[in-house]
Amino acid sequence: MTDRSDAIVAEESTDVSKQPVLEVVNLCKSFADHQVLDGVGVSVAKGKAVCILGPSGSGKSTLLRCVNWLEKPDHGSIFLSGQRVGVRPGGAIPMSASELAQIRARIGMVFQHFNLWPHLSVLGNIIEAPIHVKRRPRDEVIAEAEQLLDKVGLRDKRDAYPARLSGGQRQRVAIARALAMRPELLLFDEATSALDPELVGEVLAVMEDLAREGMTMVVVTHEMGFARDAADEIVFLDHGRVVETAQPEQFFDRPQTERARQFLQRFEREWRPK
Amino acid sequence: MNNEFAIVWAHKDRLLFGLANTVGLVVIATALSLVVGALMATALASQSRAVRRPAQWLVDGMRCVPFLLLAYIVYYGLPTVGIRLNNWTAGLTALVIYHSSYIGEILRGAWSNLPRGYIDAAHAVGFHGQVLYRRIILPPIVYAAVPVLGNQVIQIIKDTAFLMIIAVPELTHAASSIQATYYVPFAAFVAAVALYWILCRGVEMVVGVIERRAEARR
Repeated sequence: MTDRSDAIVAEESTDVSKQPVLEVVNLCKSFADHQVLDGVGVSVAKGKAVCILGPSGSGKSTLLRCVNWLEKPDHGSIFLSGQRVGVRPGGAIPMSASELAQIRARIGMVFQHFNLWPHLSVLGNIIEAPIHVKRRPRDEVIAEAEQLLDKVGLRDKRDAYPARLSGGQRQRVAIARALAMRPELLLFDEATSALDPELVGEVLAVMEDLAREGMTMVVVTHEMGFARDAADEIVFLDHGRVVETAQPEQFFDRPQTERARQFLQRFEREWRPK
Repeated sequence: MNNEFAIVWAHKDRLLFGLANTVGLVVIATALSLVVGALMATALASQSRAVRRPAQWLVDGMRCVPFLLLAYIVYYGLPTVGIRLNNWTAGLTALVIYHSSYIGEILRGAWSNLPRGYIDAAHAVGFHGQVLYRRIILPPIVYAAVPVLGNQVIQIIKDTAFLMIIAVPELTHAASSIQATYYVPFAAFVAAVALYWILCRGVEMVVGVIERRAEARR
């Protein structure tokens, strides 16, 4: 995996059209003396949906949080469409807060616990960053936000406050909020894990639509059905390392490693067609 | 005694003038203390010790100083070091220094209880610096602190009474001068207490309205 990533990095300067939207190279991260990520490499081409699977504690969420520098990695590099994240060109000087903010604004993120801002209405949550980060005109942003609300099926909740919404509705608003920034890349951090089982479907449906429309996505999930049907590629993570990278059909039907087989056995009932 | 109240009633314009000045002091001191307190909270929550420490000293210091003494120092003491303020400016300065310290500490407390995820989400869409604080952090911590901030405003109302000693013509000053002229201490002071009470009830009602607004936004 690392080798392949390095090869793509080498290509990037010569062929911009094939340049991956996200390139993670040899990423390492420790908390205290616990190594959470140990040389992870991932590459996501434009328009592709990559699912990160793995047992709890395998480093999936940390990997995602490193991509937009919510966690600062110890080693390794992250490239967004060829531009280094978190570090200035040259690789020695960390980005300033405003440089970091500019690159983060190009990456959308959807969190497990939604993290909608409680003091703003549904519309307010969606238009806040386009207006105050990107400084786009308010009328234009509102019109676009209303289209996004139609897309996630929540037009009638436009003026409601997050506290009044169900978990599934909150998460759909959070997706609309991320999309309002027109991100190059969208990260989903266990977006359905905090939801009641009957609400998972409505969120997955929105995510499947996005994947079908060609949104570039990295999805950390335990929803094997989604991974099998909607992902273009599966990255299987265990103990902070990429153990397997494969097409969904291959990963689910002919996993190459013992650890992936064990992992899949535990989820078997969830993803096999009933 | 009825006679006493009749005398006070005859001079109600003086009391109402004092009340109007008290209301003015409270409104200005509250507004400025909220602004300075919001800035103070950022210092109290700063990553940098060099910023945080002095702010903590100021807050801890103000908590141990009787307001009356602070007002004395600002009005009578500062001229010694070359800072000469008139009684209104000195009174307002003392109120704002004193209460912004409390408000800074109240907001810092609410901030430390703000779920980390709201700030993660704000960072993730590209917020940073003072826009992040003003748009994403400050509103929910103010909403969370509405009841405590309401108590602080009532404290400001009561502390304005001390400004009588530096001759600010506020409500207590008016009551005191009526009683001194006509020797009607009971009626004059009871009338002032009643007006303070009405003022505090007014603040409580406003806080109640804001509190209902805040509830939907938590």
